[in-house]
Amino acid sequence: MQDVRIREGLKACINCGTCTAICPAAEFYDYDPRVIVSTVQTKDDDAIKGLLKSDTIWYCGECMSCKTRCPRGNAPGLVVIALRSLAQETGYFVQSEKGRQQLAIKRTIGEWILNHGYCLYLENIGTDLHPELGPIWDWQQRNWVAVMERLGAQYQVEGQGCLRKIPDDTLQELRKIFEITGGWSRFEAVEEHSRHIALEMGIEYGTSGREAYFHHVYSANSGNHAKGEE
Amino acid sequence: MSHLTAHGNQINPAQTGTQKVSGKQAVWQEYQKEIANDRYFYVRSCVRQNFFPAAEWTFLKILRDDLGKTVYEHPCHTTCTGIGYHSDIIPLDTLMTVVARQFALMTEAGYENFVPSCVTSFGVYTEVLETWRHFPDVEEKVRRYLKNATGREFEKPGNLAHASDVFYRFRESIASQAKYRLVNQHTGKPLKVVDHIGCHYAKMFPQKGIGGAEYPYVLAGMIDAWGGEAVDYPERRHCCGFGFRQYFVRANRGYSIGCSKKKFNSMQPYEPDMIITNCPGCSLFLDRWQYAISEIEGITYGKDGFGIPVFTFEEVAGLVLGYDPWDIGLQVHQAAIEPLLDKMGVPYDPDKKYSDIQGRPLGRPNKPKVLKVF
Repeated sequence: MQDVRIREGLKACINCGTCTAICPAAEFYDYDPRVIVSTVQTKDDDAIKGLLKSDTIWYCGECMSCKTRCPRGNAPGLVVIALRSLAQETGYFVQSEKGRQQLAIKRTIGEWILNHGYCLYLENIGTDLHPELGPIWDWQQRNWVAVMERLGAQYQVEGQGCLRKIPDDTLQELRKIFEITGGWSRFEAVEEHSRHIALEMGIEYGTSGREAYFHHVYSANSGNHAKGEE
Repeated sequence: MSHLTAHGNQINPAQTGTQKVSGKQAVWQEYQKEIANDRYFYVRSCVRQNFFPAAEWTFLKILRDDLGKTVYEHPCHTTCTGIGYHSDIIPLDTLMTVVARQFALMTEAGYENFVPSCVTSFGVYTEVLETWRHFPDVEEKVRRYLKNATGREFEKPGNLAHASDVFYRFRESIASQAKYRLVNQHTGKPLKVVDHIGCHYAKMFPQKGIGGAEYPYVLAGMIDAWGGEAVDYPERRHCCGFGFRQYFVRANRGYSIGCSKKKFNSMQPYEPDMIITNCPGCSLFLDRWQYAISEIEGITYGKDGFGIPVFTFEEVAGLVLGYDPWDIGLQVHQAAIEPLLDKMGVPYDPDKKYSDIQGRPLGRPNKPKVLKVF
């Protein structure tokens, strides 16, 4: 309850349900942000622990439409972000299918930040992982360097510009920030808890690349999440 | 700096101090914002530089060459980590300290007007500054983190505006230099334009966006100034469906495509000629999900089997100013953009579409099974 996002995002919810009415996730998933806020407001530790272990807190898309419409100025989306942080700190995130996906996010976005200085670094990320990117993306991937030059990018060039090479000392500063502020320890916690659950589930886990556990959490879908599904 | 009204007129504080403003005019004034006039510190977008790098090139070129403004990009700036934060792999303290480092680079370079390319970043910078305003102890903690990690110190921006705010401010200047307008050359009628505003532009902090969250005018203002007509359709304010983890993880993508499909179904009866967005992710998803829906369900949303062309606001400004469509990167869109070029009367060389910088052909992409392309 000390998280600034709880202090900013939760002030005496009146359970009106406006957040649920506007929520894109509530339309798609079996999901109700009003219930999440209501549960946190009870301060019932067992009920909150149940949330941390559930798929429920991972359904939100963090679009923050709920913030716009709440008559009390609450932000259920911020409460969800705080709960997700807590789920990773406690390790409860590996108890749910959607929570376990954090390993895939760490291995992609998280590592791209520290290795390349940006959340996305998509050379060699093809339509095998992202088929929706279409044949134009296949063409772009086949001709990556030439296309980036044509489009005015400074791909892997030192200095200014799109997709430029980020200086080593900048990457070292980022790494140091991560070490001091908890970013690095979150990465370690996600890996460690994932390793344990992979062992329990009998799925190959490794740290060098995209082993079976990565592909499992990236693709597994029980079909029990969307509205109308059993 | 003076305030801008919805039509770009400057409000004279002396006048507003002596005249009583009431009704809708008073309400509207609450949703204006300060947008600096010059000397911008620009930070790039993770999504835009991978998928629409020429849009960032176009933004900087127009700002410098057509509008005569100074804009600086620091070679050592990075992501704000916003996509990681909203995918919950980056803690708040880490995000805030990376943001503080960006501000330190701005301070060291002698700038104070901070302009992010990305809408998620704009939301992040706004959220961090608001958090520090409400919790000064958090700001002090972040200053210590940054000093310890990098030795750097920073001033907060004097002005924070999204890149689309900047073009909104100069939309009339761009209009005055226009070579083409958002008008159908065959009928003389305004083109029908869907404006899609990224959620993090104003849904979290409505007072930080032009027109707020309910009636954002940042893109509609450009459409009005450049001769088009904004389409007001039922799901105009619905999210594109990015949802961060909902898109990046394959198992969740039904959420993402479902949101976009809801918007397409809602806008299609109005027969829009084009979609314009200010958020790099929205540009990508509204373009690519049309392709995916055509492959999965055989449905297309434009005329005669084409999609509805999707543009970033930088690309539209470039077209209006007469830039070559392939210089501003329209060849890397999946939904064909040629129908819109033909309506506007913009010339293009089809043989140069898939070429390298010397004009040598790079081969052609495969064609989708259903969605028509040139």
